[in-house]
Amino acid sequence: MSRGWLWLCWIWPLGLLLLPLVIVLRISLAEPRLAQPPYSPLWDVSADGAVSIDLHLDNYRLLLEDPLYVQAWLDSLGLAAGTALLCLVLAYPMAWAIAASPPRRRRLFLLLVMLPFWTSLLLRIYAWMGLLAPQGMLSQALLRLGVTEAPLAVLHSPTAVFIGMVYAYLPFMLLPIHASLDKLDPQLLEAAADLGCRPWQAFLRVALPLSLPGVLGGTVLVFVPALGEFVIPDLLGGPGSLLLGQVLWNEFFANRAWPVAAALALTLLGSMALFLLTWQFLQRRLGALA
Amino acid sequence: MKRRAHLCCLGLLLSLVAACGEGPDAESQSSPAASPSAGELNLYNWSDYIAPDTLRAFERETGIHVRYDVFDSNELLEAKLLAGGTGYDLVVPSASFVARQITAGVFQPLDKTRLPGMTGLDPAVMKLLAGYDPENRHALPWLWGTTGIGYNRGMITSRMADAPLDSWDLVFKPEVVSRFADCGVALLDTPSEILPLVLRFLGRPVDSQRPEDLAAAEAVLMAIRPHVRYFHSSQYINDLANGGICLVVGWNGDILMARERAREATEPQDIAYSIPREGSLVWVDTIAIPRDAPNLDNAYRFLEYILRPEVAAALSNHVHYANAIAASQPLLDEALREDPAVYPAPDTLTALFPNAVHTAAFDRLASRAWARIKRGQ
Repeated sequence: MSRGWLWLCWIWPLGLLLLPLVIVLRISLAEPRLAQPPYSPLWDVSADGAVSIDLHLDNYRLLLEDPLYVQAWLDSLGLAAGTALLCLVLAYPMAWAIAASPPRRRRLFLLLVMLPFWTSLLLRIYAWMGLLAPQGMLSQALLRLGVTEAPLAVLHSPTAVFIGMVYAYLPFMLLPIHASLDKLDPQLLEAAADLGCRPWQAFLRVALPLSLPGVLGGTVLVFVPALGEFVIPDLLGGPGSLLLGQVLWNEFFANRAWPVAAALALTLLGSMALFLLTWQFLQRRLGALA
Repeated sequence: MKRRAHLCCLGLLLSLVAACGEGPDAESQSSPAASPSAGELNLYNWSDYIAPDTLRAFERETGIHVRYDVFDSNELLEAKLLAGGTGYDLVVPSASFVARQITAGVFQPLDKTRLPGMTGLDPAVMKLLAGYDPENRHALPWLWGTTGIGYNRGMITSRMADAPLDSWDLVFKPEVVSRFADCGVALLDTPSEILPLVLRFLGRPVDSQRPEDLAAAEAVLMAIRPHVRYFHSSQYINDLANGGICLVVGWNGDILMARERAREATEPQDIAYSIPREGSLVWVDTIAIPRDAPNLDNAYRFLEYILRPEVAAALSNHVHYANAIAASQPLLDEALREDPAVYPAPDTLTALFPNAVHTAAFDRLASRAWARIKRGQ
C-alpha cells in the first residue's frame, strides 16, 4: 500500500505552527534597526563573498536584567493562577448541577454556556466596561437602591480584570469538568452510600477523583491562554496593570523593538511549555496512583 | 492586513458568484474587477478624521474607487509601515513619527510638479513640518492642532474657585490637581507628548534627552500619579462629555468634540479647552505615499484634491481641527474660524513648540519611565 501522500499531513504542523516560530526566533536574535523591516539581517555577504552570521543575545539578557519583565511575568502568573482557581470554584458546582439535571434541561444549560461565543469577545468586554463604569448600569442601580453611597469604582481596577477574565474563561473550565462528570455513573455514588459513605465522603473519594481529568484539562485550558491575555487587562485594567501581553505590545509598538518583543514572546512560550510538561508529569503520576 | 486578506477571499468568492449570475451588489464590494476603469485608491487614516462627503465627492468626480481603513495610533501605523507591503497608497502619520519613518525609507519623495495646489499651503505650517521632513520632500500637511487642557468648568470651579485654568499648575502641581481627583483626571497615554509638557512646566529644555531631565519629569508625574484616574488617548472624549472625568491633557479637536457632545447630552456639561500660558505642543498630521504604493497616479490625484480650499474647509468644519490651506479660511464656519482653541491667537501661537525627535535609546528610557509612572512605583 502506498503511503506517499501521508507527508501532506505534516504541512500543518511544520508549515503553519513551526515556521512562524522559527521566524520569531530569528527576529529575537537580531538587533533593532530603523529600517524596513526594523531589525538587522541574520547573515551578510561581504564584497569578497564571505558570509557572516550575526546573532545577538542582548534581547534575552535585557529580559533578565530589567526587573520590569520579571515583575510583569509574576503579575501575569498571579492573574492566570487566580483566574484558573476562581473559574474552578465557580465551574465545578455549575457543572455538577448541569450533569445532575434531566437531559432536556441539561441541553438548554449547555447551550446557555456556549451562547456568549456567538458574539465577539471584544464586544462582550466592551459591554462589561459599560456595566462596570461609574456612570454605568450596575453603579446606577446600586445607587438608586441605596446599597452604595458613591458611584462604583470597579472599572480600571484589578477586580474588574478578574471579573472579565473569569467571565471569559469560565466555559473553558466548565465544559471539560462537565464532560467528566457526565460520564460518572450515579450508581457509583449509591454504592458508596450503601457501603457507609456520607455524601461528602462519597464526593471526595469517588466523584472528585473520577472528575479529576476534567479539572486538570480545564485548568490547562484556562491557565495557558490567561498567561498571555492582552485584551481583557488592557480594557478593564487600571493604568498600573502591566502584564506580559501589555509589555509585549509596548516593546513591539511603543519601543519599535521587534527583537525584544520576539524574545519576550519566546520566553513566554517556553514557560508555558515548561508548565504543560510539569502538568503532564503530574497527571501521569496521578494516573499511576489511581 | 488581516482585513485585506478577507477582502481577497471576498473578491474570489464574488467572481465565482458573478460567473453564476450577475449579483446586484457586485459593484459596491471591493472586487477590483468590478470597479470602473479609473482604478482604486487605498487610504489609511485616523478614525473620525475625515468629512462625510470627502471620499464620496472624490469618487463621483474621478470614478476612482476608494478603500478606506482607519487606525487609532501612530504606533500601529508605524508597525505596519515598517513591516512593508501594506498595500496602502496614502497614510496619515503624525509629523514626529514621519521623521523616523523617512529615515527608515518608508515613503517616496513627492513629485511636486504633479501638485500645483501646494502653492496654497500655509508657509508657517510648512516650516514647522520641514523640521521633521527637510524641504518638505515627502509629506503634505493633513490637519494640525495643539495639545492642551480640557476641563469641565462647573466641576473645576466648584472645587477650586481660583483654579489656574491657563497654567500647567492645574495639572502638574499635586496640591492643585489633588482637588480634582474625585471628579476624574486623565492624561494622554503617550510619553512623547506628556514628557515635553512637564519639562516646559519645570522650565527645562523641552527637547532635552538628558537622563536627569527625564528623571525630574518622572518625579513630577509620580507626585501627581495618585490623583490620575487613567492614561488613555481616546477614551477621554466620551468621559469628558458625560461627566465621567473633569480634567484631561488631550488634543484640542477631541476636546472640542467632547464639548459638542456635552451640549447635546441629557445633563449638559460646560466643557472648555485651554492652552496654558507657559506654552504647549503644536503638532501636524501629514499625508504621505508609501514607497510600495500600488496606485501612484490615484494617490497624486487625491493629494491634489485635498489641497482645494473647499475640500479642506469641509474637513476642518467637520472634525474641528485646523487645516493648512490658507484660502480655506473664508469657507470655514465662523464659530470655528473665531475659536482660539482651533486657530490660536497670535501671542498663544508664539508660545507653542513642536515635538522633538529623540534617539531610540532615549525613547526606550522614556517608555520605561512611563511604565513606572503608570504603575505608580
